[in-house]
Amino acid sequence: MSTTVTTPMSRMAALARAELTLLGRSKGTLVTALFVPLVLPVSAHEAAKEMDLAEAGLTIGEMVLPAAIGFSLLFAVYAALVGSFVARREELVLKRLRTGELRDTEILTGAALPAAATGLAQSLVLAAGCAVLLDMEAPPAVYLSVLGLLLGLVMCAGLAAVTAAFTRTSESAQVTTLPLLFLSMLASGMMVPLEILPDRIASFCELLPLTPVMTLVRGGFTGDLSASETLGAVATAVAWVLLSVFAVQRWFRWEPRR
Amino acid sequence: MEANEHEHVIEVTDLRRVYGGGFEAVCGIDFSVRRGEVFALLGTNGAGKTSTVELLEGLAAPAGGRVRVLGHDPYTERAAVRPRTGVMLQEGGFPSELTVAETARMWAGCVSGARPEREVLALVGLESKSGVRVKQLSGGQRRRLDLALALLGDPEVLFLDEPTTGLDPEGRREAWDLVASLRDAGTTVLLTTHYLEEAEQLADRLAIMHEGRIAVTGTPAEVTATEPSRISFELPAGYHLGDLPPLAELGVSDHTTDGRTVRLRTHELQRAATGLLVWAQHAGVELHRLDVRSASLEEAFLSIAKEASADAAATKEYAA
Repeated sequence: MSTTVTTPMSRMAALARAELTLLGRSKGTLVTALFVPLVLPVSAHEAAKEMDLAEAGLTIGEMVLPAAIGFSLLFAVYAALVGSFVARREELVLKRLRTGELRDTEILTGAALPAAATGLAQSLVLAAGCAVLLDMEAPPAVYLSVLGLLLGLVMCAGLAAVTAAFTRTSESAQVTTLPLLFLSMLASGMMVPLEILPDRIASFCELLPLTPVMTLVRGGFTGDLSASETLGAVATAVAWVLLSVFAVQRWFRWEPRR
Repeated sequence: MEANEHEHVIEVTDLRRVYGGGFEAVCGIDFSVRRGEVFALLGTNGAGKTSTVELLEGLAAPAGGRVRVLGHDPYTERAAVRPRTGVMLQEGGFPSELTVAETARMWAGCVSGARPEREVLALVGLESKSGVRVKQLSGGQRRRLDLALALLGDPEVLFLDEPTTGLDPEGRREAWDLVASLRDAGTTVLLTTHYLEEAEQLADRLAIMHEGRIAVTGTPAEVTATEPSRISFELPAGYHLGDLPPLAELGVSDHTTDGRTVRLRTHELQRAATGLLVWAQHAGVELHRLDVRSASLEEAFLSIAKEASADAAATKEYAA
């Protein structure tokens, strides 16, 4: 008789493996997750060339590389996960999983792991690609970029679960994900540097979820983030993570509405 | 194991469940299930069976009352209960794009002391389907996959919510055999069903639910014993009801006539039938369309549903 006792890690690994298989079989999600973040940086690059980046004290690479990572977080992690959380809930998979030994956090974490890993790998590839193609120098404070990326991964998984709570079907996930996608692209310093925005608007934009991630990732390459700016960005990002954890506990639905 | 000391594996006291809109699906029920027993919750659709089972499975917290499974609260003490229970939900819950084997492997990774997946798939006759995607399975095959997963961890307590709905008669028979063999091995089983035959075949004890309450509980024999047996026949030409022996002496509790058809209800079937047949023989008449039947679970079930709705109607009249 085998008396293997499961652990949180072994349970999440089993779930993550199944989710990875499912990710590989979901063509729509794959296209969005893998290709969009590869294509959008090209248009970001075109846009960056038109901008007066010198006024913001940035090079094209310092503008495009964080944006590329942002696209990866938004499409490969956030949008992909909203879709899969909703699909699993509507197929009653989440309910089924809750009848077993998995804890609620393990279910969400395990299900999020493949998308988070995809986002991580993609971000690294994009960063390397940008660095080479745009002729960037070695980042002076790379730990800030890494910290920003990790915070971004956790935050996007959390926000995906929150969005899934307010999304009824897989189809409507294409709509409910739009606000965060657009808001982040326009106002989180991805397409337009906050430095060239009016102060009042810029200070509002700093509070948006993806802004601190962009600030940290970019800061790692510019090396000009002050301690207080770093602290502010980390605090904002952590606040969004905590807020999404709270919102998930409060509103996440494990079963379809009847 | 210390759990063997517990006489009752499942204990439910004054259990209530209220949904968001204020609808009370379970209105204060009590029952208990002993170790090794098969207990069936019967009821019409919407009687509150699934709502009750979900509370036992620990999927939701009760609005009132108490649930204990293996001595623990299944909702707040999830970690203590889950490794020892197996659950088959009323419907599915599998990603449609995974194969049978992938689904079983995923679930096995989440179950302590899991048996080899192939073994449980063989147990439910799905071993030849292991490479097939879940979306290509028939409804009955999905039910069997669900049952296989519920059995994966050799649970002490098994919750089966309508386990044979969607199965063909052969599949149903196989599922019954499987449940019977689990019972023989000492597994405690709580199942819901609206197939009365299933409850009669499998259950050591059962409860009939109606509108969120338990109307009657006991062994199948006890529950049917509350219902009278029935005799019906056609009165021979030229005879009247008064020509029969006094019905009270035959142990008949009440009778109705419909044209020439007489229907008797009795709690003493042998005495009533003997009296009637002896009379017929002496009188030299033949009782056409004679039908003698003891009460079945179905009659008990129907009369509970009927009584309850009559009560409800009466209450409404009072209210009006």
